[in-house]
Amino acid sequence: MTAPSLTVDGLVRYFGGLKATDEVTLQVRPGELHAIIGPNGAGKTTLINLLTGELASDGGRILIGDVDVTGQPIQQRVQLGLLRSYQITSVFDSFTVRENICLAARRKRGVRMAVWKPLVRDSETMEVVRRIMAECQLQHVADEAAANLAYGQRRQLEIAMALAADPRLLLLDEPMAGMSAAEGTAAIELLRSLKGQYTIVLVEHDMNAVFSLADRISVLVYGKVIATGTADEIRNHPDVRKAYLGDDEDA
Amino acid sequence: MTFNKWTRFSLPVLFILLAAIPFVAQATDEPFYVTFFARVLVYALAACALNIVLGFAGLVSFGHAMFIGLGAYAVGILGDYGISNGWIQLAACIAVCVVVAVMVGSVCLRTSGIGFIMITLAFSQMLYFLMVSLTPFGGDDGLNIYESSDFGLFTLSGSTEVYWATWALLLALALFLNRLRTSPFGMVLRATHINPRRVNAFGYSVFRVQLSAYVLSGVITGLAGFLLANLTAFAVPSYIAWHVSGELIVMIVIGGIGLVTGPIFGAIIFLLLEEVLKGWTEHWMLIMGPIIVLIALAGRNQFAWLKVFFNRPSSAPAAIEAQPAGETR
Repeated sequence: MTAPSLTVDGLVRYFGGLKATDEVTLQVRPGELHAIIGPNGAGKTTLINLLTGELASDGGRILIGDVDVTGQPIQQRVQLGLLRSYQITSVFDSFTVRENICLAARRKRGVRMAVWKPLVRDSETMEVVRRIMAECQLQHVADEAAANLAYGQRRQLEIAMALAADPRLLLLDEPMAGMSAAEGTAAIELLRSLKGQYTIVLVEHDMNAVFSLADRISVLVYGKVIATGTADEIRNHPDVRKAYLGDDEDA
Repeated sequence: MTFNKWTRFSLPVLFILLAAIPFVAQATDEPFYVTFFARVLVYALAACALNIVLGFAGLVSFGHAMFIGLGAYAVGILGDYGISNGWIQLAACIAVCVVVAVMVGSVCLRTSGIGFIMITLAFSQMLYFLMVSLTPFGGDDGLNIYESSDFGLFTLSGSTEVYWATWALLLALALFLNRLRTSPFGMVLRATHINPRRVNAFGYSVFRVQLSAYVLSGVITGLAGFLLANLTAFAVPSYIAWHVSGELIVMIVIGGIGLVTGPIFGAIIFLLLEEVLKGWTEHWMLIMGPIIVLIALAGRNQFAWLKVFFNRPSSAPAAIEAQPAGETR
């Protein structure tokens, strides 16, 4: 299946009186790696939650490819290939790494009436799981409970689960948060290898990663997109420098 | 001892010992043993069924006695109309339990935590007071069942027949649950307990998975009621009393939450203790209460109280110990 485009048109979300997402309009092209940057509290994670359907929007439209998914439940969007990773690691702690990835890889086939054969004995699922574990360098901890992993490995598992679910449109919420320099470099390499296979929306604080990976970047400030463009355009955009990078920073 | 090793060891031992009981009773000329252990197995069946939602999914249903009542009254009410055909009664029992479980589950599963506990309790109390006030079906006094369920090949006419039927059903259920636990459905069900948000984010419906588990659990608990009615030749509102739901939970806690054979051990220990203490003193609850409290305190982890009992050092790392009781491996 091909990577779809993502169209966000005038998306609005209030938290009480606060307009956390303010008329956000984005056009993510098929196969593009589109980064979203912005200072803390700019509404990046809120935007991701609106896109996945975990939060309901108060206005605007969301299209995956040509399909209008505004107001559709999460399940509908996942069926179109929309998968996400979480900023705060959200794995199944008491399950092993293998079981965690299996659960993700199984999502397309569902679990209806599947009450007998063990999940980890399903050859079709396991093939995917082996490939993903190799890609994300998790083979050596396959039988370890997720709770016992080191922090960096948990972050890798977080991404691995999103990948195992066979995404077409991937929303990555700060995948490198808290990773060591070496882990971060490995993660950048992983993302680079994924480029083009899927449409990727990357929310990330690591500017190194963003500027080396992203095809285009959108800058979110106070829930508003103030600029969209290539890495060079964003670096030199006066509003961005003022609002985000700082007036005096040599970007 | 890991989960699988423990189940593989305890399951055959348990069922072989239970199979010996009718023969021991015959040899010692104590038919009471069979009646008593038939009751134990019926409650073990209900507790195993409850464990599907409580142990696997972490949903504390405090109203499972409702399904025991539905099963018992399926036999009682149809018997009252002269229908003693076991297959018809069984079909009615299953149908009623499915319908009620879907309706009650659809409402209850919109809540969680205390809300879920209270609403399941409320539904069960509704049925309790309905049966108390339904005088055509005996009201408070209950219904006598003059003819046992007749399945053609066999009739559940005596304690021994009920004992073997329950034994077989419980064995089948234990084997099934052992498979269910690691099956795709079981894994997703257990995952909903750990991290429902992530389960939804993969496109599984937490609600549907939980509802399926609740219906399955309700139907099997209904079968326990069906067998109980045949054992006692009686269907009475007290089967639906709230403390019966509580006792099922206590049995699971004693035996180990989420363990396949746990609720069976729990039912045996709970009812044996009750029987022994009752014979000893009228104020047996004074002793039973503290024992349950001690087991619950020691048993935050599965079978931890046994470890304390045998003073066996735990080999599990600290991170595992700290997990919710239902999900230790």
